[in-house]
Amino acid sequence: MDKIIVTITGILSILGIYWFFFGKKEETAQISSAATIIVDGGYKPKSFKIPQDKTTTIIFLRKDGNTCLEDLIIPDFKIKKYLPMHTPVTITLSPKKPGIYNFHCGMNMFHGTIEVA
Amino acid sequence: MWIPDQVGDDKKNMKTSFPIVGMHCASCAKLIEKKLTKTSGVKSAAVNYGSEQATVEYDPTIATKMVLSQAISDIGYKAIIENRDSEGRTSADEQKEAIKRKELQLLKRKVTVSSILTILILLGSLNHMFGDLTKAFPSFLRYFEIPPLILLLLTLPVLFWSGSEFFKASWSGLKNRAASMDTLIAVGTGAAFLYSAAFTLFPSQLMALGFPDTMYFDTAAVVITLILLGRYFEAKAKAHTSDALKKLLNLQAKTARVIRSGKELDMPIAEVKTGDIVRVRPGEKIPVDGIITEGASNIDESMITGESMPVNKRLGDQVIGATINKSGSFLFKATGVGADTMLSRIVTMVAEAQSSRAPIQRLADIVSGYFVPIVLIIAAITFVAWYDFGTFTQALTNMIAVLVIACPCAMGLATPTAIMVGTGRGAAMGILIKDAESLEVANKIKTIVFDKTGTLTNGKPVVTDVIPAPEPGSHWIPGQARNDKDILQLAASLEQGSEHSLAESIVTKAKERAVSLSPVSKFKATSGMGVSGVVKNQSFIFGNRALMGVQKIAVGSIEEILKQLETQGKTVMILATNKKLLGIFAVADTLKPSAIETIEVVKKMNITPWMVTGDNETTAQAIAKHVGIENVLAGVLPDQKAQKIKELKTSGNIVAFAGDGINDAPALAQADVGIAMGTGTDVAMESAGITLLNKDLRSIISAIKLSRATVAVIKQNLFWAFGYNIILIPIAMGALYPPFKLLLNPALAAFAMAASSVSVVSNSLRLKSSRI
Repeated sequence: MDKIIVTITGILSILGIYWFFFGKKEETAQISSAATIIVDGGYKPKSFKIPQDKTTTIIFLRKDGNTCLEDLIIPDFKIKKYLPMHTPVTITLSPKKPGIYNFHCGMNMFHGTIEVA
Repeated sequence: MWIPDQVGDDKKNMKTSFPIVGMHCASCAKLIEKKLTKTSGVKSAAVNYGSEQATVEYDPTIATKMVLSQAISDIGYKAIIENRDSEGRTSADEQKEAIKRKELQLLKRKVTVSSILTILILLGSLNHMFGDLTKAFPSFLRYFEIPPLILLLLTLPVLFWSGSEFFKASWSGLKNRAASMDTLIAVGTGAAFLYSAAFTLFPSQLMALGFPDTMYFDTAAVVITLILLGRYFEAKAKAHTSDALKKLLNLQAKTARVIRSGKELDMPIAEVKTGDIVRVRPGEKIPVDGIITEGASNIDESMITGESMPVNKRLGDQVIGATINKSGSFLFKATGVGADTMLSRIVTMVAEAQSSRAPIQRLADIVSGYFVPIVLIIAAITFVAWYDFGTFTQALTNMIAVLVIACPCAMGLATPTAIMVGTGRGAAMGILIKDAESLEVANKIKTIVFDKTGTLTNGKPVVTDVIPAPEPGSHWIPGQARNDKDILQLAASLEQGSEHSLAESIVTKAKERAVSLSPVSKFKATSGMGVSGVVKNQSFIFGNRALMGVQKIAVGSIEEILKQLETQGKTVMILATNKKLLGIFAVADTLKPSAIETIEVVKKMNITPWMVTGDNETTAQAIAKHVGIENVLAGVLPDQKAQKIKELKTSGNIVAFAGDGINDAPALAQADVGIAMGTGTDVAMESAGITLLNKDLRSIISAIKLSRATVAVIKQNLFWAFGYNIILIPIAMGALYPPFKLLLNPALAAFAMAASSVSVVSNSLRLKSSRI
């Protein structure tokens, strides 16, 4: 009996983990010229759209002590910034090519995307 | 966001913006606004909750930024007001370093405390762990049994003080439906702790439900301690991956001796302006970039270019900031200050390269997005399988082992740390790498195209022969007929306005022979061919065979002598009016001393060398043969170089192009790896994947070796990181149990996991000292 309960709970928790981490819908924020991204257990908003051939200012504000999040890396724009706690860090992007670019934390654990259109 | 302060005309009106931390609703913004407006000296204040930014207009003679900051902190919020220089830069690196130092100290304290507690917990749990086996222990250990409640109390600080960051980080991640390394540790140790705590507090109830009397306080404590210890070593090692950049930043001189209105003033280099005249005495560091206006010296440029011999510099020569003046005293005019110095450009380039992504990293990037949730799923499967086919104890232990052993960090660190150390090592040798991709691709170079002039040769050709043409109808006898001084005078007059290196050699020759030049009009230069113009009311053309062809001037009569000069590797130029030939000039460039050796090594590295030049086939072949190159692209105009590179690329081979960065930017950009030599110009650095700051050809080999070494380290790291997880996760699940009855202890799993990240970083650091 207990084995059946454990097995069912196990299967449910596997489905739960799958739904929890992979089932979320990403909402893409539209940024026209400037916006703040809160860094707290990830990036909020995690995905955003910025216009092509225009300069967009993005401010990253880290509120999470997790050292993993202390570095912000946007490899395609060759940006690597240290994010001190509670200190806004400004970056400017002037993308020339449309596409989807990833950014992530220092250890590549937390991810976000920049869509250029 | 930083917005520069605005000062009003009367200096009594200052507008400043700064971020505010701690607001949680729009009414907070209103509250701060009210407080600021009431502060004396403040004329207006606006606080934006959305951007968490305050904009304040105030009278700086009454209020200061410190007063504003104080007013805000009085009501429980924090204003981020920083000291910045005039360009809005704070020393972010210094800030980071200070914070890192503090973090490392705290981490050390945490590791020390948890190590002591963990040893106590371990000793105190021996009886719980080994039961009857403890009879074999020395007697004092047998009496060291600690009651479960005390064990619980000892474990609390280990988990929730030393290990608090794991729990905090997982919680903030879970709020965003994201998981990280910390989630795995928190779930693993949390499960061990919760079960043990429950059993400590309600032993009889749990036993009645059939749960075994097993304690996991030691497991939880050991895992936390070992992983923290690993993090400590990792943080220490990681700090060294950016050593090269720090070293570069430290090269900067602090002060400069500037001559302004006749006086010599010592001032911080931030105050030096373009156009300032700067004095440098022997032994001093040159503060900024410039051109010598008086005096001469030997300058040690090794810190920038990697060139070990001091370079002699005279009037009109360029000097580079941060290099050291060895002998003479001189004055120079500042041409590059602040962010425009070579050193600043190098620092920016290295920092950018270290932030770029290597294509080899792609797989690790994809995997890391799914890794942690998948490990959580595997852990759940492990628990269920062991519960159903084994015992509860095995189920819990193996689940914890799976959670703890999985190491996504090693995968995340494998490539970036190697790229950081590799690009840094390059910078120290005068090899600047534009991005991680260039460094990676350089490892696969199969063909390397050398530009002849300035790359294989010194690029400073000298005139070797001046041969007047015979009068029409007469027989060709070199050295006779027209005066060679006359034709040199004409050629040099035509070339005086040209910037081509061949032109320079003609003008130099004329100066040597004290020939005075005549003014030239209607001057026209045709790229890759030559020049034309009017001297003393007569039109002349001066250039190579191709130019004669275009102008329809027959060269048949001098064919023999042209061939003869060309087979000696000399570049031949012909002077003619629009009807007849006047004379021949032969110019030869000297090979760089390291050219022959470099080609030899390149071939040994299984790379096919090619040579590209504007010279004709015969001349080109002669030089190529001399240096040992079999493949020659001759008669290529500067704008055709890129096309030739494109053609070579169609074979599918990785093609590198090495040029001096002057007028071959398109070819540098077209090649898979563009290597610009002996230059620090923006155009060359922008189009080339690799910029060599010295003129030594052997640096090309060093760059390729550096790439090979870095890629090798990346591959080892990735192999290790993937292999580690692929092999050890199944072992932690119990894969070795059926054949060998072997299970992985969670403490061992924690040790393996901590060792794995540290070893990846240490392996990358090896690049600092590897032989290149």
